[in-house]
Amino acid sequence: MTSNETTAAADLAAMGNTLGGDNYLTHGRGLKSWIFTLDHKRIGVMYLVAILSSFFLGGVFALLVRTKLLTPGNSAIMSADHYNQMFTLHGAVMIFLFVIPGIPAALGNFVLPLMLGAKDVAFPRLNLASLYMWVAGAVLALVSISTGAVDTGWTFYTPYSTTTNTSVITMVAGVFILGFSSIFTGLNFVVTIHKLRPAGMSWFRMPLFLWGIYGTAIIQIMATPVLGITLLLLIAERALGVGIFDPALGGDPVLFQHFFWFYSHPAVYIMILPAMGVISELVSVFSRKHIFGYTFIALSSIAIAVISFLVWGHHMFVAGQSSLASMIFSALTFLVAIPSAVKVFNWVATMYKGSIWLATPMVYVLSFLFLFGIGGLTGLFLGSLATDVHLHDTYFVVAHFHYVMFGGTVIAFMGGLHYWWPKMFGRMYNDNWGRIAALLVFVGFNTTFFTQFVMGSHGAPRRSYHYLPEFKVYHQLSTLGSYILAIGFVIAAVNLLHSLYRGRPAPANPWGGATLEWRTTTPPAHDNFAVEPVAGDPYDVEAWRYDKAVGGFVLREPARGPAAG
Amino acid sequence: MRLGFDILGRLFSWATVQTEGTFWMPVQGSTGAEPVDRIFGFIFWVSVFFFVLIVALMVAFVVRYRRRAGREDAEDSAHHNTALELTWTLIPIVIVVFIFAWGFKAYLDMNTPPANSYEVLVTGQKWKWLFTYPNGHVDENLHVAIDTPVRLVMTSEDVIHGFYIPAFRLKRDVLPGRYVKVWFRAIKQGEYQIYCTQYCGTGHSDMWAKVVVHEPGGFERWLDEAGNFLKTMPPAQAGERLFRTRGCAQCHSVDGAGGTGPTFKALFGHPVPLEGGKTVTADEDYVRESIMEPQAKIVAGFQPVMPTFKGRLKDQEITAIIEYLKTLR
Repeated sequence: MTSNETTAAADLAAMGNTLGGDNYLTHGRGLKSWIFTLDHKRIGVMYLVAILSSFFLGGVFALLVRTKLLTPGNSAIMSADHYNQMFTLHGAVMIFLFVIPGIPAALGNFVLPLMLGAKDVAFPRLNLASLYMWVAGAVLALVSISTGAVDTGWTFYTPYSTTTNTSVITMVAGVFILGFSSIFTGLNFVVTIHKLRPAGMSWFRMPLFLWGIYGTAIIQIMATPVLGITLLLLIAERALGVGIFDPALGGDPVLFQHFFWFYSHPAVYIMILPAMGVISELVSVFSRKHIFGYTFIALSSIAIAVISFLVWGHHMFVAGQSSLASMIFSALTFLVAIPSAVKVFNWVATMYKGSIWLATPMVYVLSFLFLFGIGGLTGLFLGSLATDVHLHDTYFVVAHFHYVMFGGTVIAFMGGLHYWWPKMFGRMYNDNWGRIAALLVFVGFNTTFFTQFVMGSHGAPRRSYHYLPEFKVYHQLSTLGSYILAIGFVIAAVNLLHSLYRGRPAPANPWGGATLEWRTTTPPAHDNFAVEPVAGDPYDVEAWRYDKAVGGFVLREPARGPAAG
Repeated sequence: MRLGFDILGRLFSWATVQTEGTFWMPVQGSTGAEPVDRIFGFIFWVSVFFFVLIVALMVAFVVRYRRRAGREDAEDSAHHNTALELTWTLIPIVIVVFIFAWGFKAYLDMNTPPANSYEVLVTGQKWKWLFTYPNGHVDENLHVAIDTPVRLVMTSEDVIHGFYIPAFRLKRDVLPGRYVKVWFRAIKQGEYQIYCTQYCGTGHSDMWAKVVVHEPGGFERWLDEAGNFLKTMPPAQAGERLFRTRGCAQCHSVDGAGGTGPTFKALFGHPVPLEGGKTVTADEDYVRESIMEPQAKIVAGFQPVMPTFKGRLKDQEITAIIEYLKTLR
């Protein structure tokens, strides 16, 4: 292992590593050069710090909730009211501050222009504005904690949310602003993908991560305004007494649910589509093989984005919508399962006859396939009307949701973070500790949430401070799992942070990826590419071979050129 | 199609049909439970099949094609195969269409009550269920006769609640300003848990009640007796029952603990400090006024949030409650 001090500058240059020289991290110094930067990479890094802080905070809330649930009765840790605030904060922070912006704004911001061989996103100023909208929204959301933390659940269902005496307006205003951050990012990415693709990159030669981001961006632009309007109406009802949702004022409480889920169901696809994109990249690179069924994967992202707008009613099978509406929504819900299944089959097929490299990102991919498999399949129980009636609003739904959002999105986010980390910061982390952390997260996750499926199908209602003693064993197992999960994340965090100081300098292409971000130096220069690259097949990973001297991958000689897919 | 449901239902019911509950499902207490469990069983085995398939392939590929010395590169293989991809698109479509149709059929059945159902009114309020029977009796538990279709007409007095009986696989949100109807036919004598499943605030997880399924004839006997409790019970005991069933206990403790309203412990006959500095002695008239006109005298340190019980409690019932308060020393 060579530390930075002893590696000659020439060796670094041969690896394509710019540490100690000019790169985006050293290009301009001081606080001002960061807070006013228009560089998508710096904005991505700032987003990453912000989002990981939110993840930490949301995780602490979750651990407190789980610790209370060790016992079925009253708890010295928190009262029922505090518990209600705690699970609300956990949900709101995780959803609005972490999972929705997670992959697009942090990883996407960094990677998307690089994958396009571009200098930056189409609207760098809008990009910075999106970051500050996020900060403003986050500040408001956190201020609400000190002014009487919201106890409505992250779904803000009326009329409870219009009658509770907690600071709903502050929180909702925060979420409203966060929505704009999301819209700005989506708009920026759509335009960037349309306008800044390099020579040689037709739509169907675009990396699948970009298809995922593109699908997400479309939903962000089209669905988020509905959330904004809904939240404004909620504020109007609370502050001005305008009767919209509260039956006491002549409103309709189910109307709120329709509005809310019209955004929030597509929003779960905002969360999962980029994750699927990450997996598509990783599974090909770490199988050292071309992705299988590119066109089906790409089109399934768009199919998911479109169908996701038509399934919101499955959140209201027991809320009193008509049987006809329930029937239509149930049918459409099953339809949206198909493109996800197709993706999973394609990913597994990509591994066939590959040369499967179990580096940390690939361990997360395997973990994803396992967990997302369970998450997706348990969706069938909830899409079917008869079984949903029994399982609705129980821990079964909590478990399903976490298998998809955590087992899916968060695991993919971790995989992507470990994949692009060397490109971001120019250093390799310890692969063994990375894998140990991934394994602990996997074990902890299943212990935490699989038990909740069993509890839920036995009828345990979610959002419950008190529970029947018969569920105690499940709850205690679940809490134990959450502690294992936490230890896994702490190890992953320490490993990554440690690499910033002590990590081996990373080569330009440590994993042998064929997408354009691996063609530039590590970390990239301020302008990304010295010469604008020409895109070839993004999954021609076999054109790259491992070179011991470099410690990473180099193009085979003679270079294969942009081979046909 | 119908035959298909039946055959598959039988095939997959061995995993779930039961009387005492399984690893996955609680006991089957109503006629509605078994169809749900059959569909659950079918989806379960479909899921197990696909999950095992995916994980087995994944593990096999990792073991067989793991990157190692002498195996740096992938073998040549196709980048796509349209026939294969169409196959694994179409097969899941057929399966989910089947699951959808079966689930919808069972859903319609569970929403179509027989014509001669016995009707009980259900009221959800923070944080209690109340069940009103045709003879006017109000109870905190749901009593029904075995093998009798029961139709529940449900509404909420405040926010949205969720009425849920796991053993009957029955759930429906209960909304303010609206009546929703569900039905069931209990098939097994015993007591079953009722929950609130729609989050409704501080006491959400305390909105527990029981369904008591009586043997033939037992329900009528119970209802006669229960409806008459004001006449058959000593007043203080009847008052305690009203305290529990009419929503007093949600805000007023009897052990000195804090709550939305003042505790009833050592209240009767003692001086009560009011907002504005005055003091009043809690006698019969004060208690009666506080129930009928709650905003007339506000106890110091409390919010004027109590609803009036005018028209909801009869004179005899208020007398019983007063007698009960006298026993809380």
